[in-house]
Amino acid sequence: MTDVLTPDPEAPRAIAQAPDASPADVGGGRWKRAALIAVPYVWLLVLFLAPFFIVLKISLSDTVIAQPPYQPVLDLANGWRGVVDWWNGLDFENYQILFEDELYVASYLSSLKIATISTLLTLAIAYPMAYAMARAPKSIRPTLLMAVILPFWTSLLIRVYAWIGILNPEGLLNQFLLWTGIIHEPLYIMNTETAVYIGIVYSYLPFMVLPLYSSLEKLDETLLEAAADLGSPPWRSFWQITVPLSLPGVVAGCFLVFIPACGEFVIPDLLGGSETLMIGKTLYNEFFLNRDWPVSSAIAVLLLLVLVVPIAIYNNIQAKELGGKA
Amino acid sequence: MRVKRLLSAGLAALGLSLAVVGGAAAAQREVRVYNWSDYIDDQILKDFEAETGIKVVYDVFDSNEILETKLLTGKTGYDVVVPSATFLSRQIKAGVFQKLDKSKLPNLVNAWPEIYKRVAQYDPDNAYSINYMWGTTGIGYNVDKVKKAFPDAPLDSWALVYNPDNLKKLKGCGVMFLDSPEDLLPSVLTYLGLPPDWSDVENVKKAADHLAKLKPYITKFHSSEYINALANGNICVTVGYSGDIFQAKTRAEEAKKGVNVEYSLPKEGAQLWFDEMAIPADAPHPEEAHIFLNYMLKPEVAAKNSNFVSYANGNLKSQEFLDDGVKGNPSIYPTPEVFARLFTVPTIEDSKTQRALTRAWTKAKSGK
Repeated sequence: MTDVLTPDPEAPRAIAQAPDASPADVGGGRWKRAALIAVPYVWLLVLFLAPFFIVLKISLSDTVIAQPPYQPVLDLANGWRGVVDWWNGLDFENYQILFEDELYVASYLSSLKIATISTLLTLAIAYPMAYAMARAPKSIRPTLLMAVILPFWTSLLIRVYAWIGILNPEGLLNQFLLWTGIIHEPLYIMNTETAVYIGIVYSYLPFMVLPLYSSLEKLDETLLEAAADLGSPPWRSFWQITVPLSLPGVVAGCFLVFIPACGEFVIPDLLGGSETLMIGKTLYNEFFLNRDWPVSSAIAVLLLLVLVVPIAIYNNIQAKELGGKA
Repeated sequence: MRVKRLLSAGLAALGLSLAVVGGAAAAQREVRVYNWSDYIDDQILKDFEAETGIKVVYDVFDSNEILETKLLTGKTGYDVVVPSATFLSRQIKAGVFQKLDKSKLPNLVNAWPEIYKRVAQYDPDNAYSINYMWGTTGIGYNVDKVKKAFPDAPLDSWALVYNPDNLKKLKGCGVMFLDSPEDLLPSVLTYLGLPPDWSDVENVKKAADHLAKLKPYITKFHSSEYINALANGNICVTVGYSGDIFQAKTRAEEAKKGVNVEYSLPKEGAQLWFDEMAIPADAPHPEEAHIFLNYMLKPEVAAKNSNFVSYANGNLKSQEFLDDGVKGNPSIYPTPEVFARLFTVPTIEDSKTQRALTRAWTKAKSGK
């Protein structure tokens, strides 16, 4: 994920050069560097890998009515025997359930579809916004940036509730449209998939605008001037210079929107209707209605796999690009 | 009142962290209570503190599922929790609660035997819990909108919402059903003339098929949104919990926008549910928890509470202290004839049955 957040190709090279700059303090410097690097590693191990292995372990367990509601539970009091019993109690039964019933595959596909469409819509809206921000006079850029970040200071839930107030049949949007006479019957947007798209695009817009803005702002304007001097019309300069140079921002923004949108639960629950099938909702039902922690863990593990594949592809492409330049 | 907005859960979490900080500072006797949101008269807690000198740390949750997840994870730190009876039953089997010491609960003499007898199907011998409140699942509707869309609507029958021809007429003004198979399917079974036992997978599939036919006319399945939607006039009919619909009625009256909400307990029979107070096995203050339960069993206290939240309680003696608007309202305290037609549903314990039921429910809702 760090690659996604720092699309600047210069950064890794700068770090790589640092050791050569001061070969004298290699002994003490190595320990300091190790200690510094250890912090994010420990962070990842404790807060990401350890919970992931707990979830993975639960996904291989069986559900029971007990506290906790799954077995086997590792019992170290029985020594080695306890570990063996625990190991033998694990199996892949829950993953089988996920493939036997079309519901789960349908939920994954539907989530991917909703996330893809939302990401494209977000990109279409965010690009002109980021472009305008990057071309705005330097003095007002911080204000514009602030305006994009400001909504984060309000809870996501409250912002989604506000959309209920806007979209519902008696809501602001319908009242306004009825008042202007554009429509004569209220529009039923609330509790449809359209409302889910509106909610996701609205909520994730800043995640797309910020990386786009950071790559567009760095764009060297002399390139555009040179293109104009050589007789290139503005639209052509845009397609051949601005767009390719902003691609790292586009890719980073798309990942930042696509990945959380796949697992989104709150927005489809509040704005969507009953036919909006998403993996987040299916996982919720599995955990809370069926009280089946093992199967819900299996869904979560599989969702992670589904999302890791595109991230790995992206990292691979980026690594190749960097390698080519160096 | 059983499922509230996620928002209040967030606020509750904040309250909990503050409460824990506050609790650590004061070294006095305390009892930590975890109850449904908007489900108590705050004055009762103040009176209890004044009378016993025991400090009450009071937190709220918004769904049985959240409570159950906490209980099954263990070490909640709470002394008194309030699950619904169907959940309580399974939690007792999981070993989450401790048996009540009835010698410390002399006020149990005030209990309503009829209610405790019904609860005993979930909590044998009432060994683990006392009744807090009980209610029904029925139909909430917007009087004027339903009259306009469907002048001769059968308001006293499940046919209003479960007959496809009837529901079609109400589609235009908005329809919401509870998103809870346990609370909705038994009433569909009742309408179809089947026994309301939702552990019968074959019958449940028939009910789910019927529900699929109604789906085109249903705006949404959700377990708490209908309160506001009904109060604002966004929907005209809902299947929901009695107290929630009374709450929608109150909110609509307060808003003064001319929305008139009523609750109907269908004549074919409706589901009865119970919220029970119990003490977790690992409660840090079991002694104070018993004192608290005994206090809640006082007739005056139970009546004060019911007058405030508009739910019936399981305390027979409390009835002489109830307001006429509560005691005299047959939707809160049904007549003996109606009460006889109210049914309870069993707890599902077998995970395969549970999975089959949830699956039928998802299929009815999503078509997949």
